[in-house]
Amino acid sequence: MKNGKTVFVVDGSRTPFLRAGKPGPFRAADLTVAAGRPLLARQPFEPDQFDEVILGCVMPGPDEANIGRVAALRLGCGKKVPAWTVQRNCASGMQALDCAARNIAAGHSDLVLAGGVEAMSHAPVLLNNAMVGWLSDWARAKDLPTKLKTLAALRPGHLVPIIGLLRGLSDPVIGLSMGQTAENLAKHFSISREQMDEFAITSHARLAQAQDDGIFEGEIEAIYDTRGKFYEHDNGLRRDSDMQKLAKLRPVFDRKFGSVTAGNSAQITDGMAWLILASEDAVKKHRLPTIGRITDCQWAGLDPAQMGLGPVHATTPMLQRHQLALKDVDYWEINEAFAAQVLACLAAWRDKDYCRNELGLGQALGEVDLDRVNLDGGGVSIGHPVGASGARIVLHLLHVLKRKKAHRGIATLCIGGGQGGAMMVERDTAA
Amino acid sequence: MTNERADEEKRMQDTQTPNETSPEAQAKPPAPAAKKKATHKKKNSHKHWHLEKDDAGIAWLSADRANAGTNSLSAEVLDELGDILDSIAASTPKGLVIQSAKPSGFIAGADVKEFVGLKDTETAAHLIRRGQSVFDKIEALDCPTVAAINGFCLGGGLELALACRYRVADEDPRTRLGLPEVRLGIHPGFGGSMRLIRLIGAPSAMGLMLTGRTISARAAKKLGVVDYAVPARHLSNAARHLIQSPPVAHQPPRWASWLNHRLLRPALGYYLKRQVSAKASPKHYPAPYALIDLWVAHGDDPKAMLAEEAFSVAKLITGYTAQNLIRVFLLQEKLKGLAKTAKGKKEVFKRVHVIGGGVMGGDIAAWCALQGLQVSVQDRKRESLAKVMQRAHKLFKKKLKHPRIVQAAMDRLMPDVEGLGLRRADVVIEAIFEDVEAKQNLFKEVEKKVGPKTIIATNTSSIPLDEISSALKNPARLVGLHFFNPVAMMQLVEIVTADLTDKAVAQRTAAFTKQIKRLPLPVKSGPGFLVNRILMPYLMEAVVLESEGVPAPAIDKAAVDFGMPMGPIHLADTVGLDICLHVAENLSASLGGDIPKKLRKLVEAKQLGRKTGQGFYKYNKGKPEKPSATQDSKLPADLTDRLMLRMLNEAVACLRESVVDGEDLMDAGIIFGTGFAPFHGGPMHYLQHTGVDILHSRLQELAKRHGDRFKPDAGWSSLKEIG
Repeated sequence: MKNGKTVFVVDGSRTPFLRAGKPGPFRAADLTVAAGRPLLARQPFEPDQFDEVILGCVMPGPDEANIGRVAALRLGCGKKVPAWTVQRNCASGMQALDCAARNIAAGHSDLVLAGGVEAMSHAPVLLNNAMVGWLSDWARAKDLPTKLKTLAALRPGHLVPIIGLLRGLSDPVIGLSMGQTAENLAKHFSISREQMDEFAITSHARLAQAQDDGIFEGEIEAIYDTRGKFYEHDNGLRRDSDMQKLAKLRPVFDRKFGSVTAGNSAQITDGMAWLILASEDAVKKHRLPTIGRITDCQWAGLDPAQMGLGPVHATTPMLQRHQLALKDVDYWEINEAFAAQVLACLAAWRDKDYCRNELGLGQALGEVDLDRVNLDGGGVSIGHPVGASGARIVLHLLHVLKRKKAHRGIATLCIGGGQGGAMMVERDTAA
Repeated sequence: MTNERADEEKRMQDTQTPNETSPEAQAKPPAPAAKKKATHKKKNSHKHWHLEKDDAGIAWLSADRANAGTNSLSAEVLDELGDILDSIAASTPKGLVIQSAKPSGFIAGADVKEFVGLKDTETAAHLIRRGQSVFDKIEALDCPTVAAINGFCLGGGLELALACRYRVADEDPRTRLGLPEVRLGIHPGFGGSMRLIRLIGAPSAMGLMLTGRTISARAAKKLGVVDYAVPARHLSNAARHLIQSPPVAHQPPRWASWLNHRLLRPALGYYLKRQVSAKASPKHYPAPYALIDLWVAHGDDPKAMLAEEAFSVAKLITGYTAQNLIRVFLLQEKLKGLAKTAKGKKEVFKRVHVIGGGVMGGDIAAWCALQGLQVSVQDRKRESLAKVMQRAHKLFKKKLKHPRIVQAAMDRLMPDVEGLGLRRADVVIEAIFEDVEAKQNLFKEVEKKVGPKTIIATNTSSIPLDEISSALKNPARLVGLHFFNPVAMMQLVEIVTADLTDKAVAQRTAAFTKQIKRLPLPVKSGPGFLVNRILMPYLMEAVVLESEGVPAPAIDKAAVDFGMPMGPIHLADTVGLDICLHVAENLSASLGGDIPKKLRKLVEAKQLGRKTGQGFYKYNKGKPEKPSATQDSKLPADLTDRLMLRMLNEAVACLRESVVDGEDLMDAGIIFGTGFAPFHGGPMHYLQHTGVDILHSRLQELAKRHGDRFKPDAGWSSLKEIG
């Protein structure tokens, strides 16, 4: 990292991302164990050698307070390894990596297990305040007349639950759902429904190809439930999707006149990814092979109603700092929260006005070729378990760099609430 | 009155130890004798008990049997307790708390060794009455008395606690209370039968005593056996509270007291007997019936019941069944003792890698994880591993119940296609299909990857160890670790060694076996080792009988009447006829003997037994549909002999070939490996008891009638010399 020690990435693993419907077979902490056990088993060091464990997660379950610690203990890191949880909405996983990298760069840590997790299918469903109030009255009602009176006060409205997942995917300050912010961008940059759907089809096609080519070997660990089933692939993939089918889907966020559909948005999924980060000392001490370095990380804020442009705002200053142009980045992972949102990012860099007014540049930053973005699919096809994606795209980017024998990559994502995060990774091409 | 089952039960509770971080589990059971020293005025030390009196005038009596890790009630311990109680009675304390100074638990029961060889009912009755009189002294004290229970509180231990006015128990899962006497062929005799019924009523009390099952502190609280179940940190507080403000002693629910009425008892007794008869026949296991009779006759007269209780137990304990069941208990202890290493330095195995995710491999892996080890289970097929995880989860849920502990066990079990766990394993167990070459190749790879101290074991049931080990650089390393199916039920594990096998490795393997709460039986490598070799002639004879036209249910009934837990035809169906045929072919190849045609025919027709729904029997939801048995008159008179004597003859042959070391180990192996009628004390014991000459001549007659397969083995002659 800039101004500090080198931060190596030693290894990493993730679970398949599983489409969420009913509460899935794995809770968030179960996913951390499933992905982490084989990862730790193949390391030459013992799990208690970590200096700390850092985990990003947006909505841990009720039994998963400080889920980082829960994961560390269940993975056998032992009681002496401290562990903590970070939350920066959709970038929680990347935030965990950033915290780990900074601590290593500063010399506070040498060996850190960091990652992100989300079991969106287990997002809590809450009682509304009226119901909580009624329950408290019920508990206080001691005699039969009071009980009957309280019972009579119960209304159907009491039973309306608060769906945690929906609330989590809405901006509490401006009152827009994430999908509606994507509709904003589509309008601003004139991105059509067809463009979005085409993007979605490409995403699925790339994932299909990657799965067929066995690209994810060494990255995805198969996971096993308790009912005799196992999962080895991201199961949101639709091999049969075409423009016609996608065109039939109705807009979900702006019902009648919008263009953002379930088909061109990231899928609600359960999943997690771990990375092992190490200092040079730790690499030498345990003779660890490395898959790359984390060289920089940048966070940025912007209008919450335009949150999808977060990658633009986070990446631009980082490029400037390193005196790099867009073309100097060999490969990109831009998290696909929405097809519209990724397309908007690319459009913003291309747009002179936007670059001048919002980024303070003299001219448009330039073009990013889609052939260098999300090579093996993204959130639309793979899924976007919010807390996990930041770690997944960094891990996958390193695998892409290796496969393409490339040097530099940037993984970036937009963050609900109006932020962007970007992480630069590099590997030595000589090797 | 016994500590049988103690370890068995402990196993279930211990499984959570390594990953368990709850404060309850971490907190050590109180060792009050040491802790309260500062505040205590007076301390009296005896050999097996410590007595202290605190500032509040409460006497704290701690059981601490000298030279033992676990408290048990020997005659000496009881006598000393009697003396101490006399002095306590004279000193009139504010109250008395009886507790244990041992971390292993309260008191695990009477000292079983003292019952061995009791032949005279009078002597036995005297011994029992002496125990009763000690407990009577507790009950007779004027002050409130409390038993503060942690860990095992079984048999005589619970009977002692029942003599106190109140009981409090540590709610830790390691606490187990019970009266498992029936498992030794007796029933509670130190007043436990009478006092438990008086405390919680006959239905609940009979439920506990007739099954011999043990219960947790919380279950005991629910039943009213203990007054409080509290965390360890409050155990002495609870005891003190009961003494300082004593409530009315616990009473059975009113409806249960009504059932104790003279006119209702016979009806309930009849019902109970019917229930028991489904599990144990009165001929083989008289104890539960004696207990029911005792209550029906004296249920409303505690004094008479106490006296008759002693007499009833005295009669039982001198009998055939109890003496043999005690023998079985001691054989079990003997097997556990085999695991001890010479220097007493205990090696703790932490990681196990199982190769082969079939039923056997998967269940071994799950069992090891249940016992607290870190386990990886390797198989090329993810489908198999998924099934392994499913079965493991079912097992953990059944044994551990609490979701948090189940999850910890699941976390210890890693499906491992790549074999990542191999490198760090302390024990590697191979359980792939029975193919010499495949196993050889596998072990070549394994040997390269594991550490120098790792135990390398094969679960083969039919391939001689030498054939596999010849592929290893160091053939002395390979040991056989032969589990039986189903792993979670079968306690026995054969530790198989060839001439080449390193003795130290075999010893460590036995220690590993004990660590995972199984019974190690050292056997010499040879066809079928011990258990399968002995079982096979018995199963084959059953098949022959069936082919001769004897109805299968009648064959099974003959074996069950003898005391086998399951008839041979039913057993063959359960094991799987393909597996039976495989083992039989394997054995006949080296030992000779014919394989019945019927068996081959069924296997060819893919009627493999329970797993396919059709074998000798037709299966409906896993249960055989048995046509009603034919009348005895039509059955061959030598039916039972033909089954059992083939088994005994094979046992004699194995003994002659030193497959196991001596008659005791033979008996232990056959009882725990095949379920051989425990009340007969094992095949060799049965043989000696019935008479070597008698059985030998019966074999000769059978050989004349049915052929050479009944020819007495050469080993009979050396038996004769002893007999």
